[in-house]
Amino acid sequence: MITIKGKLAVTALAASMAATSVAANEVNLYSARHYDSDQAIYDAFTEETGIEVNLIEGKSDALIERIKREGVASPADVLITVDAGNLWRADQEGIFQPVESETLNSRLPDSLRHPEGHWFGFSQRLRVIYYDRSDFDPSRISTYEDLAKSEFKGEICIRSSNNIYNQSLLASLVEYHGEDGAQEWAQGVVDNMARDPQGGDTDQIRAVAAGECNLAVGNHYYYARLLNSDDEADREVARKVGIIFPNQAERGVHANIGGAGVAANAPNRDNAVRFLEFLASDTAQEVFAGSNHEFPAVEGVLKNPVLDSWGNLNIDDINVSVLGENNPEAVRIFDRVGWR
Amino acid sequence: MAKHSNHQESVLPAMQPRSSARGLRIRRPSVWAFSTFVIALLVAMPVIVILAHVFFPSGDVWSHLASTVLGRYLSNTVVLSVSVALGTTLIGTACAWLVVMCRFPGKRIFEWALLLPLAVPTYVIAYAYTDFLQYAGPLQSMLREWFGWQGSGDYYFPEVRSLGGASLLITMVLYPYVYLLARASFMEQSVSALDVGRTLGLGPWRMFRRVALPLARPAVIGGVSLVLMETLNEFGAVQFFGVDTFTTGIYRTWFGLGEQVAAAQLAACLLVFVFIVVLLERASRGGKRYHASASYQPLPQYRLGSGSAALAFLACFLPILIGFIFPALILLEMAITTGDPLFGEQFLGFAFNSLMLAAGAALVAVLLAVLLSYSARLNGSPWIRSANRVAAMGYAIPGSVVAVGIMIPLAWLDQRLNLFLRDNYGFLVGLVFSGTAFVLIYAYTVRFLAVSFNTVEASLGKVTPSMDAAARTLGQTAGGALRRVHTPIMRGSLLAAGILVFVDVMKELPATIILRPFNFDTLAVRAYSLASDERLAESATSSLFIVAVGIIPVVILSLAMRNSRPGSRKRSQNG
Repeated sequence: MITIKGKLAVTALAASMAATSVAANEVNLYSARHYDSDQAIYDAFTEETGIEVNLIEGKSDALIERIKREGVASPADVLITVDAGNLWRADQEGIFQPVESETLNSRLPDSLRHPEGHWFGFSQRLRVIYYDRSDFDPSRISTYEDLAKSEFKGEICIRSSNNIYNQSLLASLVEYHGEDGAQEWAQGVVDNMARDPQGGDTDQIRAVAAGECNLAVGNHYYYARLLNSDDEADREVARKVGIIFPNQAERGVHANIGGAGVAANAPNRDNAVRFLEFLASDTAQEVFAGSNHEFPAVEGVLKNPVLDSWGNLNIDDINVSVLGENNPEAVRIFDRVGWR
Repeated sequence: MAKHSNHQESVLPAMQPRSSARGLRIRRPSVWAFSTFVIALLVAMPVIVILAHVFFPSGDVWSHLASTVLGRYLSNTVVLSVSVALGTTLIGTACAWLVVMCRFPGKRIFEWALLLPLAVPTYVIAYAYTDFLQYAGPLQSMLREWFGWQGSGDYYFPEVRSLGGASLLITMVLYPYVYLLARASFMEQSVSALDVGRTLGLGPWRMFRRVALPLARPAVIGGVSLVLMETLNEFGAVQFFGVDTFTTGIYRTWFGLGEQVAAAQLAACLLVFVFIVVLLERASRGGKRYHASASYQPLPQYRLGSGSAALAFLACFLPILIGFIFPALILLEMAITTGDPLFGEQFLGFAFNSLMLAAGAALVAVLLAVLLSYSARLNGSPWIRSANRVAAMGYAIPGSVVAVGIMIPLAWLDQRLNLFLRDNYGFLVGLVFSGTAFVLIYAYTVRFLAVSFNTVEASLGKVTPSMDAAARTLGQTAGGALRRVHTPIMRGSLLAAGILVFVDVMKELPATIILRPFNFDTLAVRAYSLASDERLAESATSSLFIVAVGIIPVVILSLAMRNSRPGSRKRSQNG
């Protein structure tokens, strides 16, 4: 047994030396994204720069915890998250370092950048309202606030409040309506639920298509994905469902940010910055938009027929740190109103 | 340093040779006792690290939890645990008795096929059934079309995403734990006890209830306690079903509320549940001993009449149908019609990683379990026993909490090492302790030692101490007796322990995700990536592979176990 352990330790040591050797031309990513299309971005980056990409995928919170614990020993160069709350949390933990890049500053809008370059947003995902085309008049609803109206009793499908996108949405409502107002809203939505929260966003869309509920809340790209599915049944689901972009007349539809920052102890800092700049390039932005139906952060590269068809949208540019700061309060509100 | 000296002191009482007639004489107590203690400490460390948080103040979050969600966490957890425990005991024990003691059509196939659901992760069975049974799924859509129902108000259909659905599906994939241990126990049972029962005029049913079941009780309870711990830390399925339990509550409190301390305190509450389970197990054994005297002639078998045979067939077939065949078919359908775009060479890489990790962890966990339980047998000191208990706690802790518990000390070591090297020699070596596959094996050992330990301990307990005495009289050392006497007798249970850990590691997800090194994907990670991106149909390919890779060793080892009854070789030579 000692020999087994010994061998393991030696292999482990060798592997770790190989993984972190200083001379290697590489960039180490800790990513909360897990889309196959991202591989295309990494491959294109390696081809263009000769820098190898090493990857660990996981949940944002776990990755943040890991980088924090690894400290100076951390091999992480870049942390990529899929939501604003976790960008904020990572920044609070001090695991980002400031980056000054002409490319990033010129290509990304101010609202999608940390003022000192601790993180950068590269894509946006919108939280929209879905409705049953055959059974519901979309003019009856135009804002998130409407979802809490008693006239929609028993009509809403929405997933569990464990989900970060629901938490971010409520965090934004805490900002706009205060804690009491946000709690009132959450209570109203709970009262209007057609069923207990369950499943993912796609399940909510399917429930609308099947007639289980007239209204649902979910991220926009799940719908776009169904519409582009190879499976005719999926496309049929999407065709039965209409989409409403809430709050267009005022603050805009709630959006979450997919973003990244350079780790404080990045062993390959220059490569990390080059990688971020590459994420802002047309190549990467087109993959975000084309393959994953996200809204690209850089204007003018949008080449996605589905997203294009939605026209110019008014997107809420709420300060990201607000979403992060309000997140714990949002979870407490969900607990109080019994939103599972 | 202070810790170190404490540790030395606490070992001391155990190291003193015992001269009382009660225990066995120990020739080299220090080696066994000391290594037991070190191993137990290493395995318990992550749990201790997490529990250390309990002593930090956690502000007002507890009053918030208590007034809102705590009651629901508690009642859901209790209802889920109790119903799964009852269901798995019933199915597991009944099927094990049927295939060991009765003759009916299909018995030889059922022997191993009853293990198949073990290869299906709970989150996978949840995905598969939900897809099929939900309102928007094929079954209800078809029913609506046939009967012309307009909406959910027109008919009743049980909601799969509910506490009841979760209990049922979890039961269907966890009963093999009870089955496996109960079967091993029935196979190891002594004919003499059954002969005595028979001379006293017991029929098959009463023989089961009065003789075999009491003898197998430690194994059954060992199996059920595994099931309970597995249920307590279950995350994927209950989360997907929207059933809030302590485990989902820990995640939510840690990451949603950002209250790490309160989350650790919730984890400590979960451990109280586990303690209750462990204590119940101990209490149920009472002071009784279950050593069987060594009479390993072939077991008698009951021939069933056609009516009973049909019932026996159904009793064994239904669990396999619900727990394996049906979900596998759903997955297969999804994998064929949609499937994973990466299917091909990369998949072999995922499978290879999964296999290597599972095999490595199974080996380590079984070796350690033998070492720990044998050491406790040699040396009855309460120190050793409680060290073993603590070492086996990791099983009930959610995988990602264990992962964080491992990451904290190992990453700290890495930090120290790198700071030292940087300050003295001006270079960094990176993650020596926490950044390799080694840390995964460590995590799996922490998580799954209880599985191998319970199995091995139950089996070792059935070897009568006179065997030890005889071996030692014949000049064997403690180690020699273990190698030459106990290990051959326990062969079946050791295999069972290995299988269980192997399959558990194949399915393990949260710790793997958090701790894995760069560019290192397993099948479970792949399935999760796609499923969490709501691409269930694409993830079906990996899920199916987990199941497929998992059943190969299950089947092979189960077939091997058939001949594992001591003396069974003689039987096959004669017959």
